[in-house]
Amino acid sequence: MIHFDKVSKRYSNATALDSVDFSITPGEFISVVGHSGAGKTTLLRMLLIEEKPSEGSVFYESVDVHALDPREIPNYRKKIGIVSQDFRLLPYKTAYENVAFAMEVAGKTDTEIESDVPEVLELVDLGDKVWNFPHELSGGEKQRVAIARAIVNQPDIIVADEPTGNLDPLNTHEIVEILKKVNDMGTTVILTTHNKGVIDALSRRVITMEHGKIIRDDKSGRYIL
Amino acid sequence: MLLTNIRRIIRTGFLNFWRNGFVSLASVLILTITLFVIGSLVFFSAIMNASLSQLKDKVDINVYFVTEALEDNIFALQSSLEALPEVKEVSYTSREVALAEFRERHKNDFLTIQALEELDENPLGASLNISAQETSQYESIAHFLDNYSEGREGEVQIVDKINYYQNKVAIDRLAAVIEGSERLGIAIVLVLAVISILITFNTIRLAIYSSREEINVMRLVGADDKYVRGPFIVEGFLYGLVSAIIVSLVFYPLTLWLGGATEQFFGGLNIGKYYQEHFGQVFSILVLSGIVLGVASSFFAVRRYLTKKYLNNS
Repeated sequence: MIHFDKVSKRYSNATALDSVDFSITPGEFISVVGHSGAGKTTLLRMLLIEEKPSEGSVFYESVDVHALDPREIPNYRKKIGIVSQDFRLLPYKTAYENVAFAMEVAGKTDTEIESDVPEVLELVDLGDKVWNFPHELSGGEKQRVAIARAIVNQPDIIVADEPTGNLDPLNTHEIVEILKKVNDMGTTVILTTHNKGVIDALSRRVITMEHGKIIRDDKSGRYIL
Repeated sequence: MLLTNIRRIIRTGFLNFWRNGFVSLASVLILTITLFVIGSLVFFSAIMNASLSQLKDKVDINVYFVTEALEDNIFALQSSLEALPEVKEVSYTSREVALAEFRERHKNDFLTIQALEELDENPLGASLNISAQETSQYESIAHFLDNYSEGREGEVQIVDKINYYQNKVAIDRLAAVIEGSERLGIAIVLVLAVISILITFNTIRLAIYSSREEINVMRLVGADDKYVRGPFIVEGFLYGLVSAIIVSLVFYPLTLWLGGATEQFFGGLNIGKYYQEHFGQVFSILVLSGIVLGVASSFFAVRRYLTKKYLNNS
């Protein structure tokens, strides 16, 4: 489904990714672990076409995504739901509107939006914060809005970049449970994290990175660094 | 879907305008100043045009006839003058009327009236007052009159004098002064307008710069360019509309207050009345320039963030 073909990313004074080569099959729950600066986030940014690889290609269903026409990119991104450490919510939109925005972009009708948004916010346990703005929400709540936004269009892939980085253990557990539930329904999940507990409890595939290279790829891995 | 999208974009634009209140306020304030300058340009050129045309109206040619001139000859000249395409109007003042006007003008001047009484007959000649369509045409009318007198060498000269050549220098200089000051004034206001347009553009660019992360998030969620740009364009439109309305409201008391002063100083034009009479026109100019400025600034400012394929801002 996704294939990284010898992807490298070099900045002027550092190598963020060094010839990274791996594949992800549909329905996998894959965790990427590593120290800060190991290249986890850069890896995801390559997948989301946020940055250009210095070498190599990223394939999604045998299409080189970096060769896509700029007009094609929005459609590609609609297949991916994103959750990130800094939430990336739209600050002037309420929780409801943030989720609804993703549906509007995907061309959903008003009826669909009116029925799905409250449902998905209920699913992430935010039924009572629907009309709050992001600055009125706690970190855990913001992250749940981001997850609601990521899953509402039933994307093929969820990319979660250190989603629990700013959260307490309870919120962390809940977020991971939601991701597992989404994965059980057939969505591919790519998770990066620092949290040993999360990885060990998941016992799914783990890719370990160091200095921009993949140093370990275990089918049912633990957090070893 | 297209209509739904347009409706959503417009609604989002309105919401952003309202929720992003402080940024909207800053943009509206700057745009208000710009539109104020543009509005002043309109008033300034109206004032200058009015005083120039008023001055031009005062320019005319008087042909004074000798006292012995026969009315028939004068009328003949009048009709040949009226036949000229340059001539707007020719009015005849008979000797009797001229005398009556003279008496009226000097009624408090006892000596003059007394001197007039001493004379047996009316010392004043008849005259023709000629006004042209354009100031520049007086020259050719004056030439026509010269030729007219010269062409009748043999006959008795009926024309006593033509006052054009005496007034010409003063008229020319005054017209040049007015045209010069009009040009200078417009140049100054234009420079101010350009400066405030640049400031407006920069303010809106900064406002959108503060939204660059938001733009990236929208793109990451999969919004296409039109969907990202749309609400910003709507906001720009609102900046323009709101500023134009504010400026029109501010101009109302201001022009009323300045109306009397402009009427006295520039002669004739009361900008308070002018504003009321031309409200539709001035308001359209303000709204149109406001909207064009707001929309264009937003368009170009957002484009900067949309033309790049990759989201990385660095």
